[in-house]
Amino acid sequence: MSDTQVYYLAFLVKLLVVFTLAVGLVPILVYAERRVSALMQFRWGPNRVGPFGLLQPFADMVKLLCKEDLVPERASKVLFTIAPALTCIPPFLVMSFIPVAPSFALAGREMKGVVVDSPVGILLLLALSSLTVYGLAIGGWASNSKYSLLGGLRSSAQMISYELAMGISVLAVLCVSGTLNLSEIIYRQTQFFGYDAQSGNWAGWNIFAQPLAFVIFLVAAFAETNRLPFDLPEAESELVGGYHTEYSSMKFSLFFMGEYIGMVGISSVLVVLFLGGWHFPGMNSLGVQPGTLPFTLLGLLVFLAKIGVLLFFFIHVRWTLPRFRYDQLMRIGWKVLLPLALLNVLVTGAVVAGS
Amino acid sequence: MITVVDYYVVASILFAIGALGFLLRKNVLVMFMSVELMLNSANLVLVASAKSFDLARGSAFALVSVAVAAAEVGVGLAIIIALFRLKATVDAEEITNLRG
Amino acid sequence: MEVLERVAFYVMAVLAVISALLVVVNRNPVASAMSLVGAFLAVAGLYLTLNATFLSAIQVLVYAGAIMVLFLFVIMLLNLEREPFDLPGIGRIAGFGLSVALLFSLISLALGAVARPETSARGGSGAEIGDVFFSDYLFPFEMASLLLLVAMVGVIVVARRRKPEEEEEEQA
Repeated sequence: MSDTQVYYLAFLVKLLVVFTLAVGLVPILVYAERRVSALMQFRWGPNRVGPFGLLQPFADMVKLLCKEDLVPERASKVLFTIAPALTCIPPFLVMSFIPVAPSFALAGREMKGVVVDSPVGILLLLALSSLTVYGLAIGGWASNSKYSLLGGLRSSAQMISYELAMGISVLAVLCVSGTLNLSEIIYRQTQFFGYDAQSGNWAGWNIFAQPLAFVIFLVAAFAETNRLPFDLPEAESELVGGYHTEYSSMKFSLFFMGEYIGMVGISSVLVVLFLGGWHFPGMNSLGVQPGTLPFTLLGLLVFLAKIGVLLFFFIHVRWTLPRFRYDQLMRIGWKVLLPLALLNVLVTGAVVAGS
Repeated sequence: MITVVDYYVVASILFAIGALGFLLRKNVLVMFMSVELMLNSANLVLVASAKSFDLARGSAFALVSVAVAAAEVGVGLAIIIALFRLKATVDAEEITNLRG
Repeated sequence: MEVLERVAFYVMAVLAVISALLVVVNRNPVASAMSLVGAFLAVAGLYLTLNATFLSAIQVLVYAGAIMVLFLFVIMLLNLEREPFDLPGIGRIAGFGLSVALLFSLISLALGAVARPETSARGGSGAEIGDVFFSDYLFPFEMASLLLLVAMVGVIVVARRRKPEEEEEEQA
């Protein structure tokens, strides 16, 4: 096989793995959401279908597929149909830029643990996550219903506001890492806490170097994924279902999938930027040779575990905190997070330039 | 072989389409979008030509122009909103305050 | 790889032109806006074929991610209907003729251009662009930030909903 063929084959295999991971996590998340919420509210949750109710997501899927696919009479049909797909595509694309595992050597070639290793990876991630808003806004507008329109409007305003704070908090991390490439950002975090002996640069997890940026990014992540306490675009007590009020059947479930894959995507970004990616303290002293396939798989497992913890946190917060009012949401975004993020960049820049 | 001429042709077509939209449409917002399209085609020419000289410098030019475009869109949309409050329309043919 | 580059260029170019046409043809402003997003993404693809990776990411981030969301937001805020179709008047026929003339003159200009060898001294990566900005073009860079600040203040002043007493003052 020629080099090009190997390249494309590896590309396809990696694409398949990442895609399966992203899709496979959705039913697990749906199940986890319902069980965790039940746990927190002293209920049983779904426990009838299969052992411990494990088959509940599949039953849900069958139910959704069998439902009638309604399109409102005065909706604009093309936009109404593409909107759910528009919410689903960007999170999938995000997953293909995430380095989920360290690279390993195969037949003398380096196989990277990422589908696309872009030199401007982090910018592409921000760009893609800002494209998610189109699905929600278009879906809300095309339904031709006042609740949907309000939901769509809210989502676009909310996304623009929190995108800023998120982008600027990332800027501070980039100051510390000195690169836009995601794989390199992880390689600069290959200690748990401490400095690189050779260069004297920070080499621990970025969460310790940039705690403020982490908090800002985390809060913005809740807003970007439209999760409680910032789920104003679909606030069921005010807007029926928000932007997806008029949707049913598979189109509705695509919105649902988009939200969960978005959560997986944003958790992956958090793990890469702040929590050391696939690195774990003591990972190198386990006796597994770095640069081999077992080491890669170990890295993948660590990465998945970290995402799992963050996803649990997302679910936990949803069932703990009440929803913010809309003006409070805007005030937090513009008057608290944005100035804090700017201050953080200023201080980080001064410290990095001074050292 | 794709050369800079091919990029010029694409940019020309985009620019002409933008001009077409600006001249034919009556909705102020769509006219504004057409202007954005023309700006983008100019950027494309800039970057394509920079490939023969200094791509970093050309990209820097284009970046400044993107910043200007962002500022321009903000101001333009604010004017359109103010106009809509005043006239309750975005039809360019009904906005004739400055016509003598 | 050579063939692949050509394919990428033609796909992106055709996509850009088609979505640009859709912007002009669509009578539904939201559909126009979405087509324009498509055109911007295609232009970002063209930047990629030019190896301007950083600019391509910025194009998606600023144009598709921020500017068009703002457009969409305003369209939804004003709740615009479809534009009614009316017969073209003399002005619009003249406009059509003008843009066709523009198209042909621009293309003839473009075809007359001589393709110089692509011998760029530097690439389009973030670090290299940063070097340019923080050495030769520091002043334009600072001016751009000032411009954005001025625009921000201007937008707030123009789009602000005035209180009734302020309106009376202005009338007087």
